[in-house]
Amino acid sequence: MSQATQTDDVREDGTISRISGPVVTATGLDARMNDVVYVGDEGLMGEVIEIEGERTTIQVYEETSGVSPGEPVENTGEPLTVDLGPGMLDSIYDGVQRPLTVLEDQMGAFLDRGVDAPGIDLERTWDFEPSVEVGDEVGPGAVLGEVEETITIDHKVMVPPDALDEGETAEVTGVESGSFTVEETVVELDTGAEISMRQEWPVREPRPTVDKRTPRIPLVSGQRILDGLFPLAKGGTAAIPGPFGSGKTVTQQSLAKFADADIVIYVGCGERGNEMTEVIEDFPELPDPKTGNPLMARTCLIANTSNMPVAARESCVYTGITIAEFYRDMGYDVALMADSTSRWAEAMREISSRLEEMPGEEGYPAYLAARLSQFYERAGYFENVNGTEGSISVIGAVSPPGGDFSEPVTQNTLRIVKTFWALDSDLAERRHFPAINWNDSYSLYREQLDPWFEDNVADDWATLRQWGVDTLDEETELQEIVELVGKDALPEDQRLTLEVARYIREAFLQQNAFHDVDRYCPPEKTYAILGAIKTFNDEAFDALDAGVPVEEITDIDAAPRLNRIGTEEDWEPMVEQVEENITQQLRELY
Amino acid sequence: MKEYRTITEISGPLVFAEVDEPISYNEIVEIETPSGDTRRGQVLETADDIVSIQVFEGTEGIDRQSSVRFLGETMKMPVTEDLLGRVLDGSGNPIDGGPDIVPEERRNIVGAAINPTAREFPREFIQTGVSAIDGMNTLVRGQKLPLFSGSGLPHNELALQIARQATVPEEESEAAEASDRPSGDGGEPRGGEEGSEFAVVFAAMGITAEEANEFMDDFERTGALERSVVFMNLADDPAVERTVTPRLALTTAEYLAFDHDYHVLVILTDMTNYCEALREIGAAREEVPGRRGYPGYMYTDLAQIYERAGRIKGEDGSITQIPILTMPGDDDTHPIPDLTGYITEGQIYVNRDLNSQGIKPPIQVLPSLSRLQDEGIGEGLTREDHADVQAQLYASYAEGDDLRALENIVGREALDERQNRLLDFADRFEEEFVDQGFDTTRTIDETLDTAWDLLSMLPEDDLYRIDEDYIETYYGESEQVEATADD
Repeated sequence: MSQATQTDDVREDGTISRISGPVVTATGLDARMNDVVYVGDEGLMGEVIEIEGERTTIQVYEETSGVSPGEPVENTGEPLTVDLGPGMLDSIYDGVQRPLTVLEDQMGAFLDRGVDAPGIDLERTWDFEPSVEVGDEVGPGAVLGEVEETITIDHKVMVPPDALDEGETAEVTGVESGSFTVEETVVELDTGAEISMRQEWPVREPRPTVDKRTPRIPLVSGQRILDGLFPLAKGGTAAIPGPFGSGKTVTQQSLAKFADADIVIYVGCGERGNEMTEVIEDFPELPDPKTGNPLMARTCLIANTSNMPVAARESCVYTGITIAEFYRDMGYDVALMADSTSRWAEAMREISSRLEEMPGEEGYPAYLAARLSQFYERAGYFENVNGTEGSISVIGAVSPPGGDFSEPVTQNTLRIVKTFWALDSDLAERRHFPAINWNDSYSLYREQLDPWFEDNVADDWATLRQWGVDTLDEETELQEIVELVGKDALPEDQRLTLEVARYIREAFLQQNAFHDVDRYCPPEKTYAILGAIKTFNDEAFDALDAGVPVEEITDIDAAPRLNRIGTEEDWEPMVEQVEENITQQLRELY
Repeated sequence: MKEYRTITEISGPLVFAEVDEPISYNEIVEIETPSGDTRRGQVLETADDIVSIQVFEGTEGIDRQSSVRFLGETMKMPVTEDLLGRVLDGSGNPIDGGPDIVPEERRNIVGAAINPTAREFPREFIQTGVSAIDGMNTLVRGQKLPLFSGSGLPHNELALQIARQATVPEEESEAAEASDRPSGDGGEPRGGEEGSEFAVVFAAMGITAEEANEFMDDFERTGALERSVVFMNLADDPAVERTVTPRLALTTAEYLAFDHDYHVLVILTDMTNYCEALREIGAAREEVPGRRGYPGYMYTDLAQIYERAGRIKGEDGSITQIPILTMPGDDDTHPIPDLTGYITEGQIYVNRDLNSQGIKPPIQVLPSLSRLQDEGIGEGLTREDHADVQAQLYASYAEGDDLRALENIVGREALDERQNRLLDFADRFEEEFVDQGFDTTRTIDETLDTAWDLLSMLPEDDLYRIDEDYIETYYGESEQVEATADD
């Protein structure tokens, strides 16, 4: 958490009059909505969420056992903010941007309360390389120089967007170069502004931009079913709903590992401690597919596990997206994974019910839909105030109770997001992973992304995909008949279609997230695998037309090798060879 | 310490009292009834002039003249290594007639969250000796893996079987870790079996005396009681007390694991009763209910229990949790199993159909899952072919199980050879792989060999989930052995 520093206008402190779990009521506190306050003798951090006459209601970000009425409440007079500056990547924070590694040093393995630490290291020095000179005119958001934040990412030092009015420019009157802490001034402007590497920004307020554009570049994920059938755009939004055990977290983690974003913000919101630990252990060892550097060099983790205080869970998605916006302002493509937005919604519900607000659907507060859409609207492909372009893609996992997609969080999310990856427990049960249901899922970005795939991967990308989708659709229809009368009652061509569809499912849609090779599939390979199945399809139907019985066609031993392409590192010759063998063996039959 | 005789309202498990000094949130309270009974409770909400108190032992006999004493501290569990071998009630008082407990320390029962950066990811295979778990949904040390069961199913037998048989095949796993993770993350020697012993913390919440006896008899018969701490809140004990029982148990478990290096297996049964108690309190407080009347904060509350499993870097001990819950109406979308499934690292389904077929243990593997197994299985940890074999068993069994519906409609004759084979496979999988009895333990090698026996009835081409090298090594091998043995 940023040190919400005391401002000049001194505000009255109050005293606690009532405590009910994470909700504390204070009297005599002169505060604005969303001001950060310190509660009780231990100084537990909290936020003002309701003001009613003399009574101020506060949600406390820490456990409140042992706190009594009569203890003081100290107001900082500032809203909940995050510290923005170099050092956020390769870090792991809790929901209010307290660095967890620092907390571990301070209080050991268990999270105690009342401990605060700055979000970015104030002692550490960075080598600042200015890109402006004295006399240059700069506007809001302008890039003044760079520091190497990690081996992968050059961190751009910018004029804070609120330091100048929109359209206003200022002259640079002083520039430093060399080694500085984040608080030291590196550039001075003629407005008197002294600019350091550190900015503060209130988490609930989007950072300004100039324009939001239609996204036309895919966020390549390395997952065949996603890139191939349901692509997400850079700057797009996606939801992954699914019952427990259907693979939300594995899918989110695969995206965090392999998506071709510059920066990844991974928000573990109310999920399992061991899962976050896995991320913390794995990411430093895994290479970033884009640069080969450690994955953590482009990643910022926010971990507010399910047993950490509920109010901090409510704020963690905001902390995450504000950090994402900061890197977007530098012109980077940022991907934010929120796992899971349902836990965030539940945190809202819990706080709301303690406030005794009138509940909406299923006990969720009436403002649930508004909060969700405000959050997802912070995603997009933007023109930044400094003229650069950057994007934030948001992928939100949803955990619907009982796997029922008609519940409020799923429904309100679907109204906003344009990509829907529906996880399916039936598929998960038969260990078809990723368990994304190809009938229910959709991506509204398909058409606007096709040109990119056609230019960069293959001319007939869209045609081939359509063939795959049609085959799968046909299979679904045929399966209904098979369930009634059995496979043998179908005509031969339909039985062959079922066989082809089976290869699409097994060789193309399924992907092993735990296999060293298969876990990342570049779009070229995605195309090639589907292409190889299409070759089998075409050759097989030719053979069938020539009078070869379907049993003989499906019996050729080259076809099952389609299933092994995914795990093959040197896939190009293999695809060629498999296609050749299939063609040869099928043609030998007639 | 001040005494109040200011009770204004008594409603269900709640007592409201006026106060004139600040009372802390969650503070412990003693209420003395006119007849001289002392009841314990906890402050649920506190304001300047009034507090609401949840009374653990029931509010019967409390009247407005009863005296209320605030003890000035939150609830603590007296912990000591001497708790091993003791039987306590749901509030932590000894009921086995043994000596008083001399605590080494008194710990706050609301455990603090483990910092995710301080956790060590669980990857030590626990061999439960149950094929359906070891082979299909492997348990690892530090995991929380609940049993999703229903009324009248043998979940207790299964839990006891696990508690009895669980071992960690030592040498193997350590050699593997050394080769697998040369970076030596954390720098601590893993396992550390020399200094670490196994202990069981058993917390019963609202189970019947008969069920409790079953557990106790088994503990005594196998001598397990000596290394166990038992907390007993029986069906006729106060319901509200159940909300603290698992916290007392887990505080004890944390003490044993992280102060005394024990590998602790915590069995919590039955979590359904715990959630009912939570709902009772919520209703008494007139809270806005969530789904099916359960409080909106049940997810957070359950997480505060389940998340107290795990391993910590630099500590030799560990906490592995096996919570048991009976799904009302066998419905896993009911809020209790649903929220549990979202928190725990997988689940094991105990299935009614398999039970009526006489399969022991009646574990339905298809919806069961162990999320942490991927790093706990494989070469050196269990066996090189484990992951592939498991994936293939799942795929083939699921396909065979699907075909049963079709078989019911069109009959077996209408199905082709491959389908018939898969149907046989599914039957044999249940009869030979899953059904092993509650008293048999199988090593992981035995489990996997049984699996290969079954897989060898399928043609090699159908084993598309298995690496070709493993097929070469293991396929049909045991059959051949049998064949030669028959000669």
